[in-house]
Amino acid sequence: MNETQGTPPSTRPDPRHVVVVGGGMVAQRFVEALRARDDAGAWRVTVFAEEPRKPYDRVGLTRYFEVRDAEELTLGDPALWDDPLVDLHRDCAVASIDRAAQTVTDRLGRVHAYDELVLATGSSAAMPPIDGNDLPGVFVYRTIDDVAALRGWVESKREAGRVETRGGVVERPVRGAVVGGGLLGLEAAGALKALGAQATVIQFGTHLMDVQIDLGGGHALKRLINDKGISVRTDTATKAIRPHRRTGHVGRMDFADGGRLDVDVVVMATGVRPRDELARAAGLEVGERGGAVVDLTCRTADAHVWAIGEVACIEGRCLGLVAPGNTMAEVVADRLLGGEATFPGADTATKLKLSGVDVASFGDAHGRTEKSVEIVWADPLRGVYSKLVMADDARTLLGGVFVGDAGPYASLRPMLGAELPGDPSAFLLPEGAVGAPTLELPDDANVCSCNNVSAGTIRGAVTEHDCTDVAGVKACTRAGTTCGACLPLVTKLTKTELAKAGVEVSNALCEHFELSRAQLFDAVRVADLHTFSEIIARFGRVPDGASDAGRGCDICKPTVASILASLGNGHILAGEQATLQDTNDHMLANMQKDGTYSVVPRMPGGEVTPEGLIVVGQVAKDFGLYTKITGGQRIDMFGARVEQLPEIWRRLVDAGFESGHAYGKSLRTVKSCVGSTWCRYGVQDSVGMAVELELRYRGLRSPHKLKLGVSGCARECAEARGKDVGVIATDQGWNVYVGGNGGQTPKHAQLLAENLSSAELLRTVDRFLMLYIRTADRLQRTAPWVEEYEGGLEAIRQVVIEDSLGIGADLDAAMAQHVEGYEDEWKAVLDDPEKLARFGSFVNAPTTPDPALAYVPERGQKRPATADEVASGTADPDLVSALTSPVLVAGPTLEVRA
Amino acid sequence: MTALTPSPTATTLVDGPGWTAVCPLGALAPERGAAALVTGSDGEELQVALFRLLDGTVCAVQQLDPYSGANVMSRGIVGTRGGTPTVASPVYKQVFELHTGRCLDAAGKEPRAGLAGDLASYPVVVSGGVVHVGIG
Ligand SMILES: Cc1cc2nc3c(=O)[nH]c(=O)nc-3n(C[C@H](O)[C@H](O)[C@H](O)COP(=O)(O)OP(=O)(O)OC[C@H]3O[C@@H](n4cnc5c(N)ncnc54)[C@H](O)[C@@H]3O)c2cc1C
Ligand code: SF4
Ligand code: FES
Repeated sequence: MNETQGTPPSTRPDPRHVVVVGGGMVAQRFVEALRARDDAGAWRVTVFAEEPRKPYDRVGLTRYFEVRDAEELTLGDPALWDDPLVDLHRDCAVASIDRAAQTVTDRLGRVHAYDELVLATGSSAAMPPIDGNDLPGVFVYRTIDDVAALRGWVESKREAGRVETRGGVVERPVRGAVVGGGLLGLEAAGALKALGAQATVIQFGTHLMDVQIDLGGGHALKRLINDKGISVRTDTATKAIRPHRRTGHVGRMDFADGGRLDVDVVVMATGVRPRDELARAAGLEVGERGGAVVDLTCRTADAHVWAIGEVACIEGRCLGLVAPGNTMAEVVADRLLGGEATFPGADTATKLKLSGVDVASFGDAHGRTEKSVEIVWADPLRGVYSKLVMADDARTLLGGVFVGDAGPYASLRPMLGAELPGDPSAFLLPEGAVGAPTLELPDDANVCSCNNVSAGTIRGAVTEHDCTDVAGVKACTRAGTTCGACLPLVTKLTKTELAKAGVEVSNALCEHFELSRAQLFDAVRVADLHTFSEIIARFGRVPDGASDAGRGCDICKPTVASILASLGNGHILAGEQATLQDTNDHMLANMQKDGTYSVVPRMPGGEVTPEGLIVVGQVAKDFGLYTKITGGQRIDMFGARVEQLPEIWRRLVDAGFESGHAYGKSLRTVKSCVGSTWCRYGVQDSVGMAVELELRYRGLRSPHKLKLGVSGCARECAEARGKDVGVIATDQGWNVYVGGNGGQTPKHAQLLAENLSSAELLRTVDRFLMLYIRTADRLQRTAPWVEEYEGGLEAIRQVVIEDSLGIGADLDAAMAQHVEGYEDEWKAVLDDPEKLARFGSFVNAPTTPDPALAYVPERGQKRPATADEVASGTADPDLVSALTSPVLVAGPTLEVRA
Repeated sequence: MTALTPSPTATTLVDGPGWTAVCPLGALAPERGAAALVTGSDGEELQVALFRLLDGTVCAVQQLDPYSGANVMSRGIVGTRGGTPTVASPVYKQVFELHTGRCLDAAGKEPRAGLAGDLASYPVVVSGGVVHVGIG
C-alpha cells in the first residue's frame, strides 16, 4: 500500500526511492506513468542510462536517416526530466546489483541505495556466430549510435566509389546486404536504399517476415520488396564474411549453398538478446532463452526487484515490441502506488514501417489454433494478399495477415477474439466491392495497441470521466497519443458514445458562434447578410454579462470570409472583408516559415506556353526567388517579400497570368495527363477538359482546398482518383469519382457516375462541389465529408444526379453565379491603389525589406538560413557544398548564380 | 502597459524623449495590423506590430513571433477572446492579448529557444492624428 495516502503534505515522509536500470522506451513510460499518478510525491525515481542521451523513440529509429537529428526522436514531454523527483544519469551504466544491501553500483563505482529496483535494460542486437562478423563494415541496428555509424560508413564508401572519368563523375554504387528478413531486416534494407546503397536481404527461412506472416503472404511481400529495388535471397544461410583484400573491410559474403555476394556493408538483423547480464550476476532466475523471469505483476522472485520491457521474461518469453513493454511499465507503476494491476497478456500485432510496403499481422497469423479456418484473398496483379484466421465456428476472429493493403487491419485487429458480424470474406474484398459491414467493437477490444487502451476504456472516458471530445479522451486514456494509427477508431467510438449519452455534440465554430459552419452558411444565405459585423451581431454568441459577441477570432473570421466569398460578395479584400482574411488570403500569396511568401500563377490543366515559362523564369530570376515544380503541375516561386508581391504580379499579369489561388481554401489545380491529343492510348481530350474545369472553378472558395484531376484513359496517369474530384475518360464519355485525397490519410475517390457527356459532367461536378461547400464543416475535405454525409455517397448521388432534394436548380444557379462573377483577384488588386497600399513592409518604411531575413545558397538556389546559421553568421559548409566559399549568410536579397 | 487613449496632456508627453512618431492614424486599417521600424534608446532597430481597433485605440507589440522566429505578428488576425482584443500568429496560430502581449493560447507549442512566450508590448499615444510609440 501507498504509505503516504491521506498524510497531510506538511508531515509527508521523505519519498521512497525507485531505481530504474536502463534508459530506453519502456523506462521512459515507467517514469511518465509513475509521475503522472503519484500525486502525493511518494516516490523519487533515478534512471541510469547506458546511452549518452535521454530515452528516445527506438521504434522510429529509421527516421533518423531523414531527420538526421537525434532531437527529433525525443519521446514524450521533455519536461519530465526536469521534475525534481526525477533524476536521469546518462552515459552511466549500472555495473552490479547487491540485492541484500539493496544497492546498485554504477560504472564509476558509485553506490546507490534503492527501495525498489526496476530492470529495463531492453535487448541488444544479436550477432550471429559467423566468421568475419567483426570486420569493419558490419553493423547492427539498435541505437542512434548504430545508425549514425552506419550512415557514416555508407557515405564514406560512396565517396570512395566516386571516380572522375573523362565523361564526368561516375559513382560505383555501395553494395549492402542485410542478414535477416524480419521486420527489422526489411526496415534496415529500406534504410540502406534511402542512403543510396543497393540492398540485398538474406533470409535464412523460407520467406520474409516468417514470424509474422505465412508463406503466401511472404511471396506477395517479396514481390513488393523487389518492386522497391531490394533483392531478396530466401533459404540462404550465411557461412562467412570475408575481408576485402586491400582494405581489410567487409568485401564478400559466402553462403552455405556455395553462392557469393560482393558487399561494402553488412547489417545484422537476426534478432535480439535480452540484456539480462545484471539479473544473472545478481542470482535472479533467467528464462530458457534469456530474460529476467517475472510473474504477472512483473516482479522477480526478489520482492524488491521488477523487470519490464524486452528484458522481462513474462509468461515464459521475452517480447520484442514496445506495446507490451509499456503495459508492463504501467503495471509496475500501479503496483508501487498500491494498485493491483496485472499483465493482461501481450498484443503482438505488428505493422511494417517501410514506406510503400503495407504489411500487418495480428493474432494467430499462421493458423496454428486447432481446427481454425483460413479465408484468403489474393490478387497477385495488385500485389495484395490478405488472410483471416477464424475459429471453427467461422465467426470468431483469431488472427490475420495483410500484405499490399493493410487497410482492413486497423478495424479488424481490435476484433481479435470476437465474433465478426456477417460473412468474414466481406472484410477482405477490395474497397468498394461491397461495403464492409460496420463493426460494433466489444468493450475488451484493444483499440490502441501502443498504449493498450480498450474500446471499453474509451467508452468509459465519455460515460464515467465526462470527456466531451476526442482531445479529452486522448488526454484521459492516452489512446492515440503515440503512433496515431488508431485515431480514426478512437474518434468514431468517442462520437458514438457521446451521441448515446445524449451529450449534445457541440459543432460550435468557436467562442463567438454556436453554429457549425454548415449552419452558419445557411443562416447567412437565407438572412442575406453581407458583412461580418452584421453576421456576428445577428448570429454571434453573447457571453453572460457581456453586451455583445466580441469581434471574432482566427477561426470564425476566415470561415465567414469563405462563406461570403462562396456566396459571391465581391473581391475578398473589399471593405471589411479584408479584416477577415488570414495572411495568405490577405496577401494573395502563401506565407512560408520565414514570413516571406510564395507565388503561384495559374497554369490551367498544367498547360503552359514556352513564352509563359520564360516569363516565369525571368521573374523568378529578377526577384531572386527559389523555384520548384508543384505536385499540381505548376510552378511555385518562394521567398517573395510583402513589398515585392505587387511588382511580381504586375509582371505576371502583364504576361497574361492570373492568380493560382494556391493561398486560398479554394480550387487549386486540375491535374491532367496529355490525353488523346498526343497519347496513343487516350480516348478523350483530358487536357481540354482539365482546362475547362479549372477555368470554371478557379477562385471558388470552399471549406478546404479542392484538387481535381482528369485522365485520358483508364491507365490513369493523372492520378485523378487521388483528388477531390477525379475524371477518367472512357470511350463513351467520362467517369467521375469523388472524395479522394492524398496527404496524411490518403484515400481513393469513389465512383459517382459513369459515361457522362461533357455537359453532364460539368453539371454533376457543379452540384457536387456546391453541395459540399454548403454542408461541409470548417476544414473538412471531401473525403470525410462524403463519409459523414447522412446516407453517405449514395445519398449524395441521389441529390446530385437524381435531384432527390429538389435543390438541383438552386445549386446550378449558385455555380453559374460564381462562374460569371469570377475576376482575377490579383489584377483587381493591381488596379486599386487602396488595396495595393497594404503591401508595404513597414508603415513608416514601405519599401525597406525585413532586415532579419537571411538566406544561404543550396543546390544553385537560395533557402532560408537556419537559426544556427544566422547566429554564427556562416552556413554549415556541408550543407552548402561547394557553391560559394567561404559561405556567409546573406541578407534578404541573396542572389545565387549557378 | 496598456494602450493609452488620446488625452489633453498627450502632446506634451510625446514630444519628450522615449517616444517615436510612426505614422498617421489614417495609415492603419481598423482591425488589421501593420509593421513599423523604430529605433530603440540603445540605437538598435526594433520591429513593432501596430494594431488599430474599431474604437480607434492603437496597440503595439513586438513584430517577432516567438513561436516561429519570423517577423510577422502584424499579419495575424485580430479578434477577441472573452471580450479582450487579441491577435493570432499567422504561422502557428498562438493567440496573444493585444494590450499586454500575454500569450493566451500556445496551441501546444513551445517558443523558439531563447525567446519569451509572451510578446513585449509598448505604450501608444495618438496625438494630433499621429501614432506615437513609447520607444526611442
Ligand atoms: C529499428 C527498430 C524498429 C523497431 N520497430 C518497432 C515497431 O515498429 N513496433 C514495436 O512494437 N517495436 C519496434 N521495435 C522494438 C522496440 O524498439 C523495443 O521493443 C523497445 O524499445 C523496448 O524498450 P525497452 O525499454 O525494453 O528497451 P530499449 O529501448 O532497448 O532500452 C533499454 C536501454 O537500457 C540500456 N541499458 C542496458 N543495460 C544497461 C545497464 N546495465 N545500465 C544502464 N542502462 C542499460 C540500453 O543501453 C538501452 O538504452 C523496433 C526496434 C528497432 C531497433
Ligand atoms: S491516362 Fe491514358 S491517355 Fe492519359 S497519358 Fe495515360 S495512357 Fe495516355
Ligand atoms: S495504436 Fe499507436 S497511438 Fe494508438
